[in-house]
Amino acid sequence: MSLKKHILDLRKRREKVQLGGGEKAIEKQMAMGKMTARSRILALLDNESFTEYDLFVEHEARDFGMDKKQLHGDGVIIGTGTIYGAPVCIFAQDFTVAGGSLGLMHARKITKIMDHALKMRVPLIGINDSGGARIQEGVNSLAGYGEIFYRNTIASGVIPQISVILGPCAGGAVYSPALTDFVFVVDQISKMFITGPSVIKTVLGEEISMEELGGARVHAEITGNAHFFAGSEMECFEQIKKLITFIPWNNTQKARAFPPKEPKFKGNIEDIIPADPKQPYDVRDVIKAIVDDSDFFEIQEFFAPNIVIGFGRMNGQTTGFVANQPLVLAGVLDCDSSDKAARFIRYCNAFNIPIITLEDMPGYLPGVDQEHAGVIRHGAKVLYAYSEATVPKITVILRKAYGGGYIAMNSRHLGADFMFAWPMAEIAVMGPEGAANIIFKKEIEEAEDPDAMREVKVQEYIERFANPYVAAAKGYIDSVIEPSETRHLLLHAIEVSSNKNDQRPYKKHGIPPF
Amino acid sequence: MEDKKLELVDFAVTARKYKTLLTIKYATRKPYKAPDPKEIKSYIPGTIIDIKVKPGAKVKEGQILLILEAMKMMNKVLMPFDGKIKNIHVSKGEKIPKNHLMIELE
Repeated sequence: MSLKKHILDLRKRREKVQLGGGEKAIEKQMAMGKMTARSRILALLDNESFTEYDLFVEHEARDFGMDKKQLHGDGVIIGTGTIYGAPVCIFAQDFTVAGGSLGLMHARKITKIMDHALKMRVPLIGINDSGGARIQEGVNSLAGYGEIFYRNTIASGVIPQISVILGPCAGGAVYSPALTDFVFVVDQISKMFITGPSVIKTVLGEEISMEELGGARVHAEITGNAHFFAGSEMECFEQIKKLITFIPWNNTQKARAFPPKEPKFKGNIEDIIPADPKQPYDVRDVIKAIVDDSDFFEIQEFFAPNIVIGFGRMNGQTTGFVANQPLVLAGVLDCDSSDKAARFIRYCNAFNIPIITLEDMPGYLPGVDQEHAGVIRHGAKVLYAYSEATVPKITVILRKAYGGGYIAMNSRHLGADFMFAWPMAEIAVMGPEGAANIIFKKEIEEAEDPDAMREVKVQEYIERFANPYVAAAKGYIDSVIEPSETRHLLLHAIEVSSNKNDQRPYKKHGIPPF
Repeated sequence: MEDKKLELVDFAVTARKYKTLLTIKYATRKPYKAPDPKEIKSYIPGTIIDIKVKPGAKVKEGQILLILEAMKMMNKVLMPFDGKIKNIHVSKGEKIPKNHLMIELE
């Protein structure tokens, strides 16, 4: 062959393999409203930045007639590229090739790009669209999953790991996304479950659709497995790109700094808060009044909405926000909201992102279901995560800080670096009504008019204790501030914390209440 | 996911009631019911393979009431105390979910 012929031959081989499962299978994929694996990668990465590896990998399975089957790329595409200039490693399962099923070589390709991401210390993005294990390859395909999970775990907290569910992801396959930092789902396209509807029907006789069992909405709202929910694949890719701008490439770096911008919010920040402490407001409005450009990137918006988490920038620097949401369930901590907050705090800590906590909460959610669901164990995660975190930790108490909630929400006692409180903050062991009922039980019972006496005693308690000054007198609060000073003081606090060095005793790892 | 109910309700946390929204998960949670020792419920979803007792029968503690197959295991469901069978709510071959009432005792 002449040199030219060699090149033409390569081109021909490439073209053939790049077609994945062929035109018919591609048509079927599109008919399901899904993009192909290759078009997904190209849509997500910067133009012309994608470089593919292992295009010519082939499986070695011999049983069940597999030796006669050629599976292009063995059903997965791997490579490197950039997003807004940031390098990433990526894999995308190709549903058009044997249903994206995972065999030994398919898994080898994935673990190869995972190893590469870890060695190069760059983020890893995995696009999942697979029918599951390739049954014909038996235990080899199970081995493949296990080796992926192992790498997910080793890379956890070292490089950001992002999972995108763009098709079925069932059985053992769900555990790779579950081990990663952020899971993206798309309405009507993503499906995640351990046992599918057919097994449930066989065993239980219960009929449920895939969508109701493990669709995007279920995971975004009920289970909390998903962190981002999108209406379309393209919207999902925009979310991933935006996330990449907020996080560093690895745990030794800081997220890229952007030019500082003033918030778009114009007005009095205190006007967001109703005067009556029993009335709700949307705490996201407070965050937007504080962050650069009023641009708040919320995570797990629909799951446990009684706590709000997400990223914003303060003077151009990525900052993690954790805020009680009085608008939903009065902003209480419960099992779900504790899990949500604790995991996010650990993410911020692992990737050098300062944490700002905005507090307005009446305590933990009472109820048999909560106690039996283990609210002690779940709630303890918040204490653990805050105490463990060594990044700059700043708290602003907006309104209520009662009881265990006061301690849990990054109090001074758990190592907060700066504690600010607005003048209407109520820092107390419980709400005034409850406290007065206990402390003045006798006086109330013995009074001629117990209700009138209770009201008097509640007022007495409010005047003496439902304020930030008792805590400030002990130094638990560093500064009682005017709401309008909040952004300025937070910027200052972050600036003076930039060299924070909080050394802890050596340990292999702690034993958090998982 | 815009189909959220925007209805503020009174929500009691300790002695104070707050105006707030509820989550679907909270609003649809099952209220707690104390377990009744006279109700034998399934502790795992599965299939009723065999029923060893009949209504009205006097049964001694530890005797087999029925066989519940689940996850490829034949589980023996035993009588918790000496007593009488009041009612049987399942039939052979029936597939049942978790916490399904199988047998009532007297």
